[in-house]
Amino acid sequence: MSSPPLAIHAVDITKVYRRFAHKRQFATLKSAILRGSLVRDLRPEETFRALDGVSFDVEAGKTYGIIGRNGSGKSTMLKCVAGIAKPTTGTITVNGRISALIELGAGFHPEITGRENVFINGIMLGLSKAEIERRFDEIVEFAELAPFIDAPVKTYSSGMYMRLGFAVAVHVDPDVLLVDEVLAVGDEGFAHKCLDKFAEFRRRGKTILLVTHSLGLVERFCDEALWLDKGKARAVGLPKRVIDAYVTEVEESEEVFLAAEDSRNRVRVDLGAGSSVPSPADGVAEDGVTAGNVEAPADMFKAEAGRWGSGDVEISKVDLVGPDGLPGHVFHSGEPMTIRLQLKAKTPVKDFVFGIGLFNADGVCIYGTNTNIEEMSPQELSGDGEVGFVIEELALTEGTYKLDLAVHKLDGYPYDYHRQLYTFRVKSPIKDVGFFRPRHSWTFSPAVRMTQLQGPEGWRPHMKDDEPTA
Amino acid sequence: MFHNLRQLVRYRALIQSLVTRELKARYRGSVLGFFWSFINPLLLLAVYSFVFVVVLPGTHPPELEPYALFMFCGILPWTWFSSSLTEAANSLMAGGNLIKKVLFPAEILPIVAVLSNMVHFFFGLPILFVFLLWFRSTISVTEILWLPVVVAVQLLFTLGLSLLLAALTVHFRDIKDILSNLLTLWFFATPIIYPMHLAPGTMSKAVLNANPFSHLAVSYQEILFYEGPFGHWKWLMAVAAGSVLLFLFGYFLFDRLRDSFAEEV
Repeated sequence: MSSPPLAIHAVDITKVYRRFAHKRQFATLKSAILRGSLVRDLRPEETFRALDGVSFDVEAGKTYGIIGRNGSGKSTMLKCVAGIAKPTTGTITVNGRISALIELGAGFHPEITGRENVFINGIMLGLSKAEIERRFDEIVEFAELAPFIDAPVKTYSSGMYMRLGFAVAVHVDPDVLLVDEVLAVGDEGFAHKCLDKFAEFRRRGKTILLVTHSLGLVERFCDEALWLDKGKARAVGLPKRVIDAYVTEVEESEEVFLAAEDSRNRVRVDLGAGSSVPSPADGVAEDGVTAGNVEAPADMFKAEAGRWGSGDVEISKVDLVGPDGLPGHVFHSGEPMTIRLQLKAKTPVKDFVFGIGLFNADGVCIYGTNTNIEEMSPQELSGDGEVGFVIEELALTEGTYKLDLAVHKLDGYPYDYHRQLYTFRVKSPIKDVGFFRPRHSWTFSPAVRMTQLQGPEGWRPHMKDDEPTA
Repeated sequence: MFHNLRQLVRYRALIQSLVTRELKARYRGSVLGFFWSFINPLLLLAVYSFVFVVVLPGTHPPELEPYALFMFCGILPWTWFSSSLTEAANSLMAGGNLIKKVLFPAEILPIVAVLSNMVHFFFGLPILFVFLLWFRSTISVTEILWLPVVVAVQLLFTLGLSLLLAALTVHFRDIKDILSNLLTLWFFATPIIYPMHLAPGTMSKAVLNANPFSHLAVSYQEILFYEGPFGHWKWLMAVAAGSVLLFLFGYFLFDRLRDSFAEEV
């Protein structure tokens, strides 16, 4: 059975970097000779595995995406493929001429003109002088720099610089193009031109290796994707599947981060407290209203995270519960969510109100309500209890939100007030703006023709295609 | 190693355009531009003339007249040598962007440093020739034919040392700082501002003879300044043989350390 020809064949790539310990910084030639440690110092002491046994193949003519978090080894992988860095162990075979878009205009000299730089950069990337001459006009036109091509490069704006670098690199006409997160070049129009250029490369059967954080780009462009995590290959295969796995993992770690932040917040508030319900918190004290345990900050809409109250009723535990019934910090737009409060009443009380406030990351109140506003009359609360605030559908756009939770008397006297101590994140496949997403759909009369693109799953705004066309 | 050395031939267009760029960029923005390549050696000649003819007139043997011209024969190649080493030692750091981001044979950087300084040396030569024609009655053609040989030996010697220094400086940045002082010491340990035969005692003679650049300097002086046949050629051949070895060793070390450059720069 014959397999298609490979453009890149990487087997078991490991790259070990030497990590400089602090004392190593002062180990210089002199001290190396004095201590007789010249040879030893040239050997790595502390090492860091940027890549750990990664293997992958890219078939000729395919577009291959590498995704992963910062520091996962993506760029190192690209440098190894480009031949700039040499893997510590493992072999990489690349068939055909490579052009690496790792840093645009890396070889430009600021003092000489754009024209001269195009020639030198082109030669560096492997073109001959005649080839550059033939493509020169095309390069300049692509970079949109015709009026400035004879000015020294130091007078260029950073956008012009990048554009020229990009133009030269893509006109090298490589068989294998390596791209490292450089599509954010220039304005909207130029970005489109770059994408068109990539599409053209694909049409012409060139191989592209793309390292990016833009998952959409990978999903749209790539035939296959590799997810690197801490130097190891976590998943390889269809972009959609790899991206889904990656996104899930990112959400999980965000979850851990938010949980840690929340508990840190609460620890901070608990500090210096004798009673189980301490107050006032730092932010509150600054507002100058610090009379005892009970007082709320003067400006309820400005106060920072904190906790105050008499403690007669205590909110002992708060969980944000997702559709799976498990507490968490990351939720999806459109899914149900329940805020569950565990309560402890020291003495039975008859005057109590439960309140909730929803804030965005800037501290702007998006929504607030309490049981009194909603005309519920308290009868009695004693011992341990539980209160749930059930949101049937999180009608929020993607972002980070904070919660105020409180139990207080009808006149506002607080038993336990938790100000912005709970953070959660809302994820959404569609990038609409604002905070609030009403459940909606679009309708079009027959004269307006529109098609729904296939997109991520879950509830999303959509076209009503079953609408009567009358 | 020899494979890489052969590869270098393929990059000659790049070396050529980088040297041109270096020369263009150096004088870009100055009023006199390329003329500085001529003016600088002239000014240097003027300074040494002033010091040794006006300020310290009696310090040199009377048969070496004009003394400034004698010194110039050594200073011109020395300037090429010392600025090449200084630039080459720093070249990998200065070109770090290229090494880290572009697939690029790193040895090109020190080589370009040496070659662009050689071009400056060549610009200084016509001035030297003009003054020589002025002061010397005869110049024998066979002697002048030795000049390219001396230049070639010096080129090889400088290249070898430059590759060595460039590779080591990446790992030991100290070299950059100590180099200028070492070069000053080396300058005075070379018969440039004094004639070789003035060295007192066997000890200092041995030191001068052990210094390869002495023989290069003496060769320049014999060819350009002194009348009579070029008698130093045996020494020159010895230095040539040494330079070949030095170049091979320098290139070998550079090649061995090559993979570390992208990480250490």
